[in-house]
Amino acid sequence: MAERITDETIEYVGILAKLELSDEEKEQAKKDMTNMLNYIDKLNELDTDGVEPMSHVFPVNNVFREDVVTNGDERERILANAPAKKDGSFKVPKTVE
Amino acid sequence: MSKQYETVIGLEVHVELATKTKIFCGCSTEFGGAPNTHTCPVCTGMPGSLPVLNKQVVEYAMAVGLATNCKINQYCKFDRKNYFYPDNPQNYQISQLYLPICHDGGIEIETSAGKKVIGIHEIHMEEDAGKLVHDEWEDCSLVDFNRSGVPLIEIVSEPDMRSADEVIAYLDKLRLIIQYLGASDCKLQEGSMRADVNLSVREAGASEFGTRTEMKNLNSFKAIARAIEGERARQIELIEEGKKVIQETRRWDDNKEYSYAMRSKEDAQDYRYFPEPDLVPIVISDEWLERVKANQPELRDEKKLRYKKEYDIPEYDINILTSSKKLADIFENTIALCNKPKEVSNWLMVETMRLLKEEEKEPDDICFSPVNLAKLIGLIDEGAINRTVAKEVFEVIFREDADPEKYIEEKGLKTVNDEGALRSTIEEIVEANPQSVEDYHAGKTKAMGFLVGQTMKAMKGKADPGMVNKILLEILAE
Repeated sequence: MAERITDETIEYVGILAKLELSDEEKEQAKKDMTNMLNYIDKLNELDTDGVEPMSHVFPVNNVFREDVVTNGDERERILANAPAKKDGSFKVPKTVE
Repeated sequence: MSKQYETVIGLEVHVELATKTKIFCGCSTEFGGAPNTHTCPVCTGMPGSLPVLNKQVVEYAMAVGLATNCKINQYCKFDRKNYFYPDNPQNYQISQLYLPICHDGGIEIETSAGKKVIGIHEIHMEEDAGKLVHDEWEDCSLVDFNRSGVPLIEIVSEPDMRSADEVIAYLDKLRLIIQYLGASDCKLQEGSMRADVNLSVREAGASEFGTRTEMKNLNSFKAIARAIEGERARQIELIEEGKKVIQETRRWDDNKEYSYAMRSKEDAQDYRYFPEPDLVPIVISDEWLERVKANQPELRDEKKLRYKKEYDIPEYDINILTSSKKLADIFENTIALCNKPKEVSNWLMVETMRLLKEEEKEPDDICFSPVNLAKLIGLIDEGAINRTVAKEVFEVIFREDADPEKYIEEKGLKTVNDEGALRSTIEEIVEANPQSVEDYHAGKTKAMGFLVGQTMKAMKGKADPGMVNKILLEILAE
């Protein structure tokens, strides 16, 4: 069987996920992803003609909130775990588009 | 001969909805709070938090869709758009890709060549991102998530516009529809309405579209018009030089009147959309849809027709009075209080417009209440003040929303209706100006005007001119 996950694909997926992978990790990831695709092939053997694509397992619709303010100022707690903060804000490396 | 080019423009318009709370949590959407004081685990992307959809967002989106002649997807879902950026705490934005709530609509605009329909491809619901502030002292950025999770609708047009004028007409029409619905205040300057412009050029008569660019950072109608002209010229120049237009996102700098490439298609982001697993699908029943339809307020076009029928005022005035929801509301609410449509229209069309222009403000900035305008009209009507004084009082109403009854009381501006007091003043004036009396009797009518003027001066403008005339004639006839 042809190589389904190429080095380029692993490289690209790594960039999208902002992950730096060692060569060994790349090899492992290639194997894992190939296995996943093979599993999907197995599922593809099923005849799904006339079956609606499903995005949710439970037959539940329309879970809503009313438009009422229920949250107050929780800034201290929200910032409690921030690696860096300044002036009531999360501090991050300078980011300019 | 140089070639003729046609500009092809489509817009992506983001509108912040006027809900009290965010799209997926009970945090306030109020503008201007101290950084991160309107945040919670959901809108800061804390692990384990779960979004719950604000029903009002669905209703506003439906209302906008219906008002722009869209079809409503009665089964719709949210999807995840994945990307990394510090203003996006979850590392994904919850949006709609596969089944947006509204699709295939359009609105009619007026162009120099007549009416034209601009198609609307779709409208979808999504969440806004936080705000990045670049620190002045340190080499870092500060993130404020107060805006994170504020509900947005994105209105995607078809590439149906051909000039800056058509773009402005489309945006203005859209803005008025949404303002009339009360779904957003649509202020470009404040960012509650934002437009991205997709633009390409092609030789006149060509059937294929050229390569398009997308321009961001346009926060006024003027900036949009300038950006369109600038980008059209840039693309034509490239083509004439035999170069290629690159599909890319560009940022318009309105001060320099030039756009800069932000990112090109080559390093375009791969958003890896997939159905949002934390939110269940939305099923809009026929009953729900009918209810939203039945609750649609009167939109501008309908309002114009009704004004013409009910109030019998000129078309020009109707156009201006309905050009802002705020103005139309003040107009109608004042009429409800005093039942004098022409009088109300005059105060809005003449004095209000003059003062707005003087202070470089928009009708949306008007801050006086209909009650005070109605009171002013009542005071003129009962002869308590004359028109000159009324104009002066109106300026105070316009600036401070003053109560005209109290104001004229405090300033002693009330017309003197005490005939006795007025008569004695006039008698004094007549006595002090024997020459004018003589001139009057000699047939010089100008002398009468002089005496009236002197009386008004003595009364500090508070006399009713009709009454002054009447008494003066009586005295002179003696």
